[in-house]
Amino acid sequence: MSHTHVLAAVSRLDKVLIGLGAALAGLLLALPLFGSPLIVDKLTLLMIYIILAVSWNLLAGFAGLVSVGQQAFIGLAGYFVLRLAEAGMAPFPALIAGAVVVLLVAWPLSWFVLRLKAAEFAVAMWVLAEAIRSVIMFDPLVQGETGRSLVTLNAIDADLRRTAIYLMAVASAILVLAVSYRLLRGRLGGESQAIRDDEEAAGSVGVSTMRVKRTIFLISALGCAIAGTLWLASAITYQPRAAFGINWSVFMLFMVLVGGLGSFLGPVLGALLLFALQEAFGDFGAWYLTGIGCVAMLFALYAPRGIIGLITDRLGREPLSMRKELDVRSERRGR
Amino acid sequence: MSLLSVTDLTCRHGLLTAVRGIGFTLERGETLCIIGANGAGKTTLMRTLAGAHVPAGGRIALAGRDITAERAFERVRSGISMSPEGRRLFADMTVAENLRVAAENGRAGGWDMDRVLGAFPQLQPLLDVPAGRLSGGQRQAVAIGRALLSNPDVILLDEVSLGLSPAAIEGLYQSLSAIRESGEMGIVLVEQDLTRALGFADRVLCMAEGRSELQGPPADFTRAQITAAYFGIHDDEARHA
Repeated sequence: MSHTHVLAAVSRLDKVLIGLGAALAGLLLALPLFGSPLIVDKLTLLMIYIILAVSWNLLAGFAGLVSVGQQAFIGLAGYFVLRLAEAGMAPFPALIAGAVVVLLVAWPLSWFVLRLKAAEFAVAMWVLAEAIRSVIMFDPLVQGETGRSLVTLNAIDADLRRTAIYLMAVASAILVLAVSYRLLRGRLGGESQAIRDDEEAAGSVGVSTMRVKRTIFLISALGCAIAGTLWLASAITYQPRAAFGINWSVFMLFMVLVGGLGSFLGPVLGALLLFALQEAFGDFGAWYLTGIGCVAMLFALYAPRGIIGLITDRLGREPLSMRKELDVRSERRGR
Repeated sequence: MSLLSVTDLTCRHGLLTAVRGIGFTLERGETLCIIGANGAGKTTLMRTLAGAHVPAGGRIALAGRDITAERAFERVRSGISMSPEGRRLFADMTVAENLRVAAENGRAGGWDMDRVLGAFPQLQPLLDVPAGRLSGGQRQAVAIGRALLSNPDVILLDEVSLGLSPAAIEGLYQSLSAIRESGEMGIVLVEQDLTRALGFADRVLCMAEGRSELQGPPADFTRAQITAAYFGIHDDEARHA
């Protein structure tokens, strides 16, 4: 009798959670049939938050690349949608193409920024976001601070537009979650976490660190770009200062740190919390932002692993954990 | 043709030259032990062999093929892997995950997860424990296991016994002896414990201030010669003293 070590199957709890997630996704996709326009609008925003949180968590939580400049891709995506629509492309195809075109900018950028380490990378991303915003503001199409509306989208019937954008947001959130789950459960997940823990050691066990970091960087950029196009589609008007605002990074940081950095489910919970706080206290103006800061501080002091850490302590295991456990399988070998 | 051939290797850290014109060869099944005082350049040499440090000059060839320009992950695929100084495990990942990353990115060969756990049975009950919570000996076992899972032709073991208890060192060297006896790979070992190094190595290379002071089978040298080379004391200086 010999023993072989194989990758453990997905746990029963995780299977139940995936099943519940699929049922919830089905419910969300059917919501326009019975939900009010206000609820549809609000849930579109929640989906955008989920996409942003999951994308930033991929970068910072799993590959250790803390960026405060992901708004570069949010703003760029909106700009490309405007440009494509201006060139005659129909608005909905332009929304998809705008997000994809962002990859053409993110790919060459990755050759430069991924050579930088830790704080250098974070600051470089912020500087790049500001530099791109400044350049875009010179484009007469955008009209500087004034901005411009996505006129062709505005011409579509409001109910139809709202439903289509909502369905795109739900489908995008499902896609981003499914892709990140698949990637993180696979080889790329282990490689990115190894880089996060010790990049030189990762190289010394054969991980092509630049390939892994670039893959994660591009997926995260695409996620932010999708969120950017959805945001433009819901707001209709594109204003560079808002599209490239640092508040996007602040929201991403809040959602991921409060939800649970480096976990799969944490960013989704963080997005739900941010959404709930905005709904409850959004009318209090600046006080609402102060409140968000206080919540973040309380979590940093008393629950540094975020909501997912509290749940893990209670359950004894992290739900939908990306940990790869091994099972021992006994087998009889031929004589 | 030697398995590993290093010729006139020079490495710098800015203005400081840490390794000066080092050269040696290594055959499959052979163990070369690199000794020297702190700051002699041993770890820089090992990092350069592993591709983590770019040399200022010289040549590294594996089975006759020049690999000097290869990066660390490419050298693993060529057949060199390292257990680095300080172990440098992926602290937030479990023992199993540490080993899996190496297995997925290494070459195919005789070393798989089961064989590594057979060579280091103390890791068996620790598979789901985060590597950051392990003791020094357990960490070293994971680091060596990780390097073995790359199925290397040459394994580099930097400061294997540093900071370990005598019992842990004994257990570790028993595992290393079994690996050496298999004759599957060449071993380059950096060891601070002179007695242990001389007892384990087929050949010894003593470094001082980045230079090779002495090289050959341990039996060819007296303890006094090795001690003098260790501290970089040349014959004329020794006589003067």
